Amino acid sequence: MINLDFLNPAENNNVLEQEEANEYMENLSVPTFEIPLVHNPVEFLKHQTHAAEQCRLSIVHGTTTLAFKFKHGVIVCVDSRATSGTYIASQTVKKVIEINPYLLGTMAGGAADCSYWERELGRRCRLYELRNKERISVAAASKLLCNMVYAYKGMGLSMGTMVCGWDKKGPGLYYVDNDGTRLEGDLFSVGSGSTFAYGILDSGFKYDMTPEEAYDLGRRAIYHATFRDSASGGIVSCYHVKQDGWTLISRTNVKELHYKYQDEPKAPLV
Amino acid sequence: MEVLLGIQGKDFVLVASDALAITSIVAMKRNHNKTRKLNDNVLLMFSGEGGDSVQFCEFIQRNVQLNGIRRGYPLSTKAAANFTRVELAESLRSRHPYQVNLLIAGCDPDTGVPELYWMDYLASLKKLPFAVQGYGQYFCNSTMDRYYRPDMNLEEAKALMKKCINELKVRFIINFSDFVFQVVDKDGIKEIKLE
Repeated sequence: MINLDFLNPAENNNVLEQEEANEYMENLSVPTFEIPLVHNPVEFLKHQTHAAEQCRLSIVHGTTTLAFKFKHGVIVCVDSRATSGTYIASQTVKKVIEINPYLLGTMAGGAADCSYWERELGRRCRLYELRNKERISVAAASKLLCNMVYAYKGMGLSMGTMVCGWDKKGPGLYYVDNDGTRLEGDLFSVGSGSTFAYGILDSGFKYDMTPEEAYDLGRRAIYHATFRDSASGGIVSCYHVKQDGWTLISRTNVKELHYKYQDEPKAPLV
Repeated sequence: MEVLLGIQGKDFVLVASDALAITSIVAMKRNHNKTRKLNDNVLLMFSGEGGDSVQFCEFIQRNVQLNGIRRGYPLSTKAAANFTRVELAESLRSRHPYQVNLLIAGCDPDTGVPELYWMDYLASLKKLPFAVQGYGQYFCNSTMDRYYRPDMNLEEAKALMKKCINELKVRFIINFSDFVFQVVDKDGIKEIKLE
């Protein structure tokens, strides 16, 4: 008999199925993260984080991250600086989160929010893989992340991320942020230095670049963003996502890049 | 800063939505689709707050489709519009209402009668012969008032749509560069080029 349970949702006598469904819901339901037991969690958070409040909690911000698709896959480049107000909290932050061998997430906005939710995403992607005996698509993974953060919309999460990977459809690139916005695209840059990075990327991008040209374009874009944006800096990490998963291409100090690019003649315009 | 437009013709509805996805001052994407197919003959177009609009429209889409499966025949445009209105009105009275403005375009597959509904984030629903959502209202409503006729054929509707888009390009500060044009008629929904 064909199973047409959905035609009659009120009757579901299959206990085993029910239990399985419950377990499934427990693991993959909308997240039940504790929120402060106050009338307005956002106001509470402001009180805890606002500069004038002597900074009881300081949220780490400021970033340039970028990712783009081209002929040979997806390039992901990020800087490594974390700032808390005008203070440089760290120069060695890992802003690319390695969700699994085929998925990368980038980190912009609140460092804690990004790493927490992308780790949770990694867990869900693994569960998906175990249940379905195949890897999750980039579209589905980004949708999971988007739905998770959407459940906390307006509660003060701060996250701007790109989910990059390779699946049956080929290279995948999605932008997800804390508003619950999720966009599929070929080229994104996120963070306070993103506008500077776009300036380099948009003018230098060619779909059929060689991988080496693409790495150079990505690193250059981050370098120029760190040059103009005081909240970006440190080390440029560059990843390449290919059919058989991602590889780390390079980690370069922006100082090195600065002197390297300084000695080079400016690129020809015509 | 998003614009949605709809013109109901003799036996079709011609709709346009801008293809721009914005976060703060950055255009993230210039080929963004702001529409969802509710069923073969009803199209939902949305503008508004980031995640809300997509979450709400996909919720409506899923439920309209479920309704079609349960009953074995698709929801009419009017029914889909009223269902959407009730859902938005209920959400409006919750703690986190969906901030979303909509146009619903549909065409009866049997009779070929076209319908266009306009709905804002306060869940006020109005059936209109032509409708604009967003800042486009200030630029295009007068043009549509001047040139609209209820018995327009597709060529005439396209010409009117062109006038409206052109006005936006000339006077509106945002450069949309691209719009997605779709026609809803009794044969279904298809994307078209305006030229």
